Amino acid sequence: MEPTNTLFMAKAVIILVVFAITLGVAAYSTYFERKIAAFMQDRVGPDRAGPFGILQPLADAVKMFMKEDFIPSHANKWLFIMGPCLSMLTALMTSAVIPFGDTVTVAGVTFDLQGIDVNIGILWVFGIVSLGVYGILIGGWASNNKYALLGGIRAASQNISYELAMGLSIIAILMFSGSLSTKTIVEAQQNGHWNIFYQPLGFIIFIVCAFAECNRTPFDLPECETELIGGYHTEYSSMKLGFYLFAEYINMFISGAVMATLFFGGYDYPGYEFVANKLGETPAAFIGAGALIGKALFFVFVFMWVRWTLPRFRYDQLMNLGWTGLIPLSIYNVLVTGIGILSGQPIIAGIAGFVLLILGLIIYDQLTVKKKIA
Amino acid sequence: MKLTNRTKVLEQGEMTLAERLYFPAIVGGMATTLKHFFQKPVTIKYPEQQRYLGPIYRGHHILKRDENGAERCTACGLCAVACPAEAISMVAGERKAGEENMYREEKYAQVYEINMLRCIFCGLCEEACPKQAIYLRHDKIVPAFLERDEVIYGKDKLVEKMDQRYLRDGWK
Amino acid sequence: MEVSNYWYFLSGLTLLSALMVVLSKNPIHSVLYLVFTFFCISGHYVLLNAQFLMAVNIIVYAGAIMVLFLFVIMMFDLKKNIPDSKTNLTKLAGTVVAGSVLVILVAAFRTIQYPTPDESTFNPNNGMVENLGKVLYSEYLLPFELVTVLFFVAMVGSVMLGKREVGDRNF
Repeated sequence: MEPTNTLFMAKAVIILVVFAITLGVAAYSTYFERKIAAFMQDRVGPDRAGPFGILQPLADAVKMFMKEDFIPSHANKWLFIMGPCLSMLTALMTSAVIPFGDTVTVAGVTFDLQGIDVNIGILWVFGIVSLGVYGILIGGWASNNKYALLGGIRAASQNISYELAMGLSIIAILMFSGSLSTKTIVEAQQNGHWNIFYQPLGFIIFIVCAFAECNRTPFDLPECETELIGGYHTEYSSMKLGFYLFAEYINMFISGAVMATLFFGGYDYPGYEFVANKLGETPAAFIGAGALIGKALFFVFVFMWVRWTLPRFRYDQLMNLGWTGLIPLSIYNVLVTGIGILSGQPIIAGIAGFVLLILGLIIYDQLTVKKKIA
Repeated sequence: MKLTNRTKVLEQGEMTLAERLYFPAIVGGMATTLKHFFQKPVTIKYPEQQRYLGPIYRGHHILKRDENGAERCTACGLCAVACPAEAISMVAGERKAGEENMYREEKYAQVYEINMLRCIFCGLCEEACPKQAIYLRHDKIVPAFLERDEVIYGKDKLVEKMDQRYLRDGWK
Repeated sequence: MEVSNYWYFLSGLTLLSALMVVLSKNPIHSVLYLVFTFFCISGHYVLLNAQFLMAVNIIVYAGAIMVLFLFVIMMFDLKKNIPDSKTNLTKLAGTVVAGSVLVILVAAFRTIQYPTPDESTFNPNNGMVENLGKVLYSEYLLPFELVTVLFFVAMVGSVMLGKREVGDRNF
């Protein structure tokens, strides 16, 4: 075979494997969500299907497929079908640019463990994430139901609002790496120079925005059942509803992978060089891919952990946090990072910026807030 | 209107910014859930594990026999009178010669039926019985039924088996 | 496959979806076709090796502006026919405006001189982020900064408009 052809095959295999991993993780996220919820509430959780209920996702899938696939008579039929499909599509497309590992050599073919390395990688992620809201918006509108419409509209305004702060928090990272390519960003963090040590504030902003973008608690207002019945998926049943839920879990996993890539060194892990010297580059890279997936799964756990801890925000609180809290904070973060890079002391500048922020908060409190008498 | 002098005026001032960020509260809450994550679940997996329901639980009815194996019930009908749901019905019969080891008294219940759809498990039959014949077991519940004709329990289901006698705490 | 084949395919799709924007009766469908048109245009950017423009086009137009369009249109009661929009006068005005735009465009394209790129000096990576950034911050620094000032003013203006004044009711 020609070298380009073998490379093409290798890439195709990578994309297939990434798809399979993503879908598998998403399927088992439903199981682990219920298990984690149960453990946090001192319960057992699903344990009937197979040992420890390990076949529960299968049973759920069978249930989803067997249920009646209902389309409301006044719904816009094609858009109603398109909504969940778009959600699923955009959720799956994001993983293309995530570098799952370094260069490996399998059967004489050398390639990167990455779908595609483009020089705008992180912008691609943003573009697709910003499209993710179409699925919800279209589904909500096409249902011809006021609650669904309200859910869709909430999702739209929430996603647009939090994308701004998310983008601004990433700009500080881009200032370090000097590139939009995810591969370059990861390579700049090798040997333990993870961005989290330089950008703790940026990470906090990013993770809050990731929660809002994935429509997870405490920001799951589009599907807030106390106010909107089921939100945008009120009218959905069967596997169409399943697609919406599935897309949410895929988004969780992918955003975990993006956070690991941007802030936690991607496929880097302590002792990478040692392993590479002992076993060779290829096994080390595969272990690195495992490390990245492990980090992503940890973030999935954090998503669930937060969901079963925090109550839902009110909508005005959500908007307030996004526009008057996170956006100024991320601009401040960009400023501090700029000073750090110019002075050549990024860590000191980062810590100083954090301390200054806290001091500022305390002084502001002392000056303006009335004391409690209690 | 002030009734006592013990009222305290609680004034909650504005929240400080640190409080409005909810950050300490969020961290505290997450610590709590993580602590529970590693605690043992309190669930009792019902069909496999069964909890002791207590010595006074009112479950499955039983018509007791005495120590010789003779039925105690004399078909006086007081249980049926006491029953607020009118679930009990019976037909009385006279004991023939040679049946002394089967029925304790000279009159006995030929038919004794409880409609489990009507029964509310109040235990008034147990209290009304002068012969200590009917009890509501504390260790067994009436199973679920799927057919209508399974609902009415006759003597075959109610009378105590001699090889597995019902004993309650405090009885000898 | 030749790149030009991709170009023909994409252009056909672009024209088709752009036509559908105008022809579809349902405004929501129009917006969705418009989003699809933006995607096709992003595809053209990729063919021109301008990936940054492609991503920004998707993020800004498809991801933000069209979402807001959709957002507003969904608020309308689409079943209600607005009689004003169907009068002969508006139809006439629409035809005149569209016709004059067409005439201007045709006239502009007739006079245009297509520069053929010199193959010896042409840099295929012109559209990459690094080159774009360098050009923006050296050659076009003044216009770029002016645009940022314009955006800043617009931002301050919208904040001012959105700010609640004393005595305003909440809802």
